[in-house]
Amino acid sequence: MHSKLLSTEIKISICFPAAAVKHLNPIVALMFFSEEERYVRANDRPSNLSYNYANNAIRTSKYNIFTFLPLNLFEQFRRLANAYFLFLLVLQLIPQVSSLSWFTTALPLILVLSMTAVKDANDDINRHKSDRQVNNRMVNILIDGVLKNEKWMNVQVGDIIKLESNQFVTADLLLLSSSEPLNLVYVETAELDGETNLKVKQALTPTGEMGDSIEALSAFKGEVRCEPPNNRLDKFKGTLTMNGQNYGLDNDKILLRGCTLRNTEWCFGLVIFGGPDTKLMQNSGKTKFKRTSIDHLMNVLVLCIFGFLFTLCFILAIGNAIWEVKEGSVFTVFLPREPGVNAGLSSFLSFWSYVIVLNAVVPISLYVSVEVIRLGNSFFINWDRKMYYPKNDTPAQARTTTLNEELGQIKYIFSDKTGTLTQNIMTFNKCSINGKNYGELYDFSGQRVEITEKTQKVDFSWNKLADPKFDFHDYSLLETVREGNPEAQAFFRLLALCHTVMPEEKKDGELNYQAQSPDEGSLVTAARNFGFVFRSRTPETITIMEMGEKVTYELLAVLDFNNIRKRMSVIVRSPDGKMTLYCKGADTIIYERLDHSCKKLMKVTTGHLNEYAGDGLRTLVLAYKHLKENYMEEWTQRHHEASTALDGREERLDELYEEIEKDMILLGATAVEDKLQDGVPQTIEQLAKADIKIWVLTGDKQETAENIGYSCNMLREEMKEVFIVAANTPEGEPSVAKARAGLFWLQKTETVQDEQVEGDYALIINGHSLAFALEKDLELELLRTACMCQTVICCRVTPLQKAQVVELVKKYKQAITLAIGDGANDVSMIKAAHIGVGISGQEGMQAVLSSDFSFAQFRYLQRLLLVHGRWSYLRMCKFLQYFFYKNFTFTFVHFWYAFFCGFSAQLCIDTYSWTTVNQFFVWGSLAAYFAITFTMYSSGMFLIFTSIFPFVGTVRNSLNQPNVWLTIFLASLLCVLPVVALRFILIQIRPTINDKVKKHLRPNIVYAFCGYEYSLMSHNTTNLGKDVFLQKVVLLLILLQVRYKTQMEAPPAPAPRRPVRRVSTRRSGYAFSHSQGYGALVTSERFLFKRPMKGRLAFSVQTDTPQPKLFRPIPVE
Amino acid sequence: MASSYKDEDGHITVSGSGAAAGAGGGSLRSKKPENTAFKQQRLPAWQPILTAGTVLPAFFIIGLMFIPIGIGLYVTSNNIKEFEIDYTGVEMSSPCFTCAQNFSWNGTKPCTCSVPFHLDQPYESNVFMYYGLSNFYQNHRRYVKSRDDSQLNGNEESLRKPSKECEPYAKHGNKPIAPCGAIANSMFNDSLELIYNDPNGTKVQIPLTATGIAWWTDKHVKFRNPGAENTNLTVVFQGTTQPVNWRRPVFQLDSDPDNNGFINEDFIVWMRTAALPTFRKLYRIIQRRSNVHPTLPRGNYTLEVVYNYPVRSFEGRKRMILSTISWMGGKNPFLGIAYISVGSVCFLLGVVLLIIHHKYGNRNNAAEISH
Repeated sequence: MHSKLLSTEIKISICFPAAAVKHLNPIVALMFFSEEERYVRANDRPSNLSYNYANNAIRTSKYNIFTFLPLNLFEQFRRLANAYFLFLLVLQLIPQVSSLSWFTTALPLILVLSMTAVKDANDDINRHKSDRQVNNRMVNILIDGVLKNEKWMNVQVGDIIKLESNQFVTADLLLLSSSEPLNLVYVETAELDGETNLKVKQALTPTGEMGDSIEALSAFKGEVRCEPPNNRLDKFKGTLTMNGQNYGLDNDKILLRGCTLRNTEWCFGLVIFGGPDTKLMQNSGKTKFKRTSIDHLMNVLVLCIFGFLFTLCFILAIGNAIWEVKEGSVFTVFLPREPGVNAGLSSFLSFWSYVIVLNAVVPISLYVSVEVIRLGNSFFINWDRKMYYPKNDTPAQARTTTLNEELGQIKYIFSDKTGTLTQNIMTFNKCSINGKNYGELYDFSGQRVEITEKTQKVDFSWNKLADPKFDFHDYSLLETVREGNPEAQAFFRLLALCHTVMPEEKKDGELNYQAQSPDEGSLVTAARNFGFVFRSRTPETITIMEMGEKVTYELLAVLDFNNIRKRMSVIVRSPDGKMTLYCKGADTIIYERLDHSCKKLMKVTTGHLNEYAGDGLRTLVLAYKHLKENYMEEWTQRHHEASTALDGREERLDELYEEIEKDMILLGATAVEDKLQDGVPQTIEQLAKADIKIWVLTGDKQETAENIGYSCNMLREEMKEVFIVAANTPEGEPSVAKARAGLFWLQKTETVQDEQVEGDYALIINGHSLAFALEKDLELELLRTACMCQTVICCRVTPLQKAQVVELVKKYKQAITLAIGDGANDVSMIKAAHIGVGISGQEGMQAVLSSDFSFAQFRYLQRLLLVHGRWSYLRMCKFLQYFFYKNFTFTFVHFWYAFFCGFSAQLCIDTYSWTTVNQFFVWGSLAAYFAITFTMYSSGMFLIFTSIFPFVGTVRNSLNQPNVWLTIFLASLLCVLPVVALRFILIQIRPTINDKVKKHLRPNIVYAFCGYEYSLMSHNTTNLGKDVFLQKVVLLLILLQVRYKTQMEAPPAPAPRRPVRRVSTRRSGYAFSHSQGYGALVTSERFLFKRPMKGRLAFSVQTDTPQPKLFRPIPVE
Repeated sequence: MASSYKDEDGHITVSGSGAAAGAGGGSLRSKKPENTAFKQQRLPAWQPILTAGTVLPAFFIIGLMFIPIGIGLYVTSNNIKEFEIDYTGVEMSSPCFTCAQNFSWNGTKPCTCSVPFHLDQPYESNVFMYYGLSNFYQNHRRYVKSRDDSQLNGNEESLRKPSKECEPYAKHGNKPIAPCGAIANSMFNDSLELIYNDPNGTKVQIPLTATGIAWWTDKHVKFRNPGAENTNLTVVFQGTTQPVNWRRPVFQLDSDPDNNGFINEDFIVWMRTAALPTFRKLYRIIQRRSNVHPTLPRGNYTLEVVYNYPVRSFEGRKRMILSTISWMGGKNPFLGIAYISVGSVCFLLGVVLLIIHHKYGNRNNAAEISH
């Protein structure tokens, strides 16, 4: 199934609440299957209407007023339990059979049905509301040569619409023209794929020439032929026929519904797909109905009970036949038989009567009560202050109320990295300039001081352009820079010049950087705060404020970053005419290209780099080189030739870059921290102690993932071995041969070690290898190996692969899985896992919307699983035990009573309390029970409903007797005593860890204890009897408790941020998380020499030049 | 569904309007959950830890407490005097044999028989006189539901139109039966009289009280005669007919107007159906007269029976029971025995647990403490 999914269809998961696709209206659905090609004529509504394409109105609701009742009832009766009780109700309406009055079944049934119906209706009203809200959004449509403000739902295929900045894209549009140069538009696709950085779309030149001229646009007679509606976000194929010429269309020219227009004043677009045909709507994945294992258990139990019920009834029916023959026939004096009823028929009838009487064993209230309890537990999750994040004002939210107890059974957690484990905030943390380390604080005795929130921050107020959010703690660096240290200044000048960040200055001094990756942004921001403010860029120049002085550099060339080069450089000419090459990149790469004079500095810097890497920071090395005028002239010439060459352009450019980027002078190194969310390492540690395995599935690079692994304590230096399976060919194409080689050890491990491994291992596997490993023949081995490792990190995986990994574990381990993530790329795994948790963070709402639980911080997972999960599970189990016990007691009473009442299905407990007990016992405990009983047995009730409540006086007369109370007392003690005795004996003879802990550490330790109990709950405890192990655990627990006590008393004590300082030779490579520079657009020649080249653009776009990455690549195989 | 970005949109507007409201004087509500004991799940709870220090004393205390209670109950129950005599007339020697044999539904002359018996002990205080039936399925489902509570409560309409539940005893001829149903129809109609044979030869009839034998709620709430103001029951019940097996109509059950019709206590007692096929129902109370003489002195008695009620066809039995009562009701040695045995078991268990604790518990504790 996995391979099929992989090969046939890519699903970028965008998730929407269910039902969207299912309930497309039939005409659309029909079209979807029959439409082979879409043909759209601009500005020609009549022609487009003739194709019956869906307009832009969407409908995600299920019902309307008239269809609600029948459809909803139909859906509800499709559930087995409801159908069963309907059947019972029918049985009870037959007087000969009815042993209970019909409302004992009707009441709960109606209650259940109406509760569900109200919930469904509420959901649907919300859907109607949101549909209406979306459909009624306004947009400018060009109709008959005039721009009209119209509702979204009135937009037709073939209309030309005008979008403005920060508007949502109305439908899937062909971009015609925009306000920006080169017909570019910037869009944010967070709703589609969870990426917050801006992406660039570009219109065709011929359409772009129309600009915002209404005449030209309304005269536009382009015809578009393209693929039918589909759900592939990254592919589009079509042609535009305009003035007799054909232009190819690709994804680059399409604005998808769901994107937001940013930094673009206006743009015009031609509607190609509307409403339900848009890629966004086509992607609305089906939400699977999630059920917990308790649900399955319940279903099995209920089925068994059915069998049991029918056996009982059969026995009783036989009994009835015997009684009728032996006793009933002679008792006719006082109780004549009904006409036409003989012993056989009577026995048949009594079978059904007993089905009704004994139906308490298959209780409808079980389902209701379970739901109510779960709802209650969900409320406790929503109410938990310890899972409330004050910064965003976000409480935890149980979006699915039916999965609580499953939280107590999780064995595998699949976590996203960015935004989940990390904050996706990069902070410039440390740097090494000319062999001096900055960024750490030392006290007077020279001891390193731990930096906490309270540590004094460097005051940047002298710099008006400084970013107030930037924190730095080491004053000496600022002093050095302000003193005029040339290296320090060069260092920050480099940071201010060598990047691809786009500045945005709305008001004077209010700078905003639009960086493609957060780490690049953090470096430029650091330079900004230290007095080298990057202010604006044009294709030829970069303007920076150097210590308050405006300096404009001429930008001669940008030697772009890519994955192989692992560095980027700029060549600039300063106002005084000096030409300099500034370069930053991965240490190994830069070190090879340094001048020999830097040997000594290299040594010192290497030491610093090791230290940074040991702290889990991302490092970059900076270097520069002065260039000679004549050499540069000649190089520029060659560069121009190379970049305009038609073949071998890439190689020739690479060669040129290689040539100029050598003999550089080392400046220093930067260390950027990929900030972990608070408490992540501790949480992971706790969860690991509860025997929950955590796998990290990330789209990030291997180096980054590895880094985070170390800083989360998932990877540790003392681990025996960290296996890295990374088959990565230069082109990024998966090479089967290499992957197989990489996986060779998999087989080796599997044969050498069998399930039990000594020591800790970790596995890091990348997407390409994973794609290979997930194939049929290898997936089991992958799983086996992965399960032997303490830590598994999958990097560079696609959303689909994330889901596949989850499915793999689900399928073969039969373990309960939990997926946690925050972005749209995590949606697939969130949906695939038993429980999906969404982090309500920065990356849009996608993950949250498809999740079952959501909260703001990863660390709340600990409380969710170890406290709420455990409690929910225990409560549910206790409840179920009690419920079945109660029902069986009820049933057996009637079973035994049958032997005394001639198997006549007479009740020995009156029917009304029966209903009450079933319905309300669990809801309102004994007090409610007695209250209701007394009301129902009161004279008042009797006088109003004489024939319905005939038990007047029963309670009063029976409870008057001391006998009754004595018996109740005796009976309750009799019920309790054996259990107490048994438990006591067990505690004495074979105590569990729990017992020992409880005994020793009585009060308020919650987590530590929960963790262990949790692991016990989900595991077989049989082999835990070994004393040594137990003692260890108990010791640990005591230690833990001490820790927790201190933590609880002195709240949020700063957790030791990095307890173990690794001595590591492993350093991060080039620290950018992207694989390519900010598109070819910003940094490439096209951008740099924009005007003269304009005419060639249309051509060059269609060649194989590197395209801006619009969406995360997903391999299609 | 497009709500993915709708929600986002909605979110923005919500926060925006919230901020605006805050500025406009409204309070900006934080979503922070309330800090109440209930919501934070801090309600006091008790989780008993089963230590030797709590469990063992509990068992001993329960044991020591239950045994005396049990003994007390047993003694109380034993002090209750009870006498039972079967007058069905199955055996040839039985005085009622002929009556039982010659029973016919429409015999005009009631058959009477006298059953002599001897009380070994004097019965102090009030004595309760019961009749007992065996193998009588008053708890059969069809039997139990064969009544019309509404009619019995004095509803005029139900009086004329008995509920269908009463079938086949709802109507006789064309007239509605009052009271309808199988229960009423099968009402116990033997009359029992007690005669004390004084050693000096005189026969003294023991006075029997026929009222105060039904529940107060039954007599005053559940059962009412129709036609509240009209005390003339004959008029009220006009147009109805008596149950098939009855010898006289319901308004002639007693001469006392407060004990006649539906509120006749014998009738009420009968209508409260028994739970088991063997049961006893209160028939009369023998009030204590003086403090000096016992209510029923020791000696010979005769039970005078007007034998109307046939039970032979279904092998039923009829008994007459005389019993005194205590604070805990009638004679019931079971509860006392149960208490005694539970108490002893508890005590024994306590001992066993103590031994187990000594053997195993210390070992475990020692192991823990050593580390």
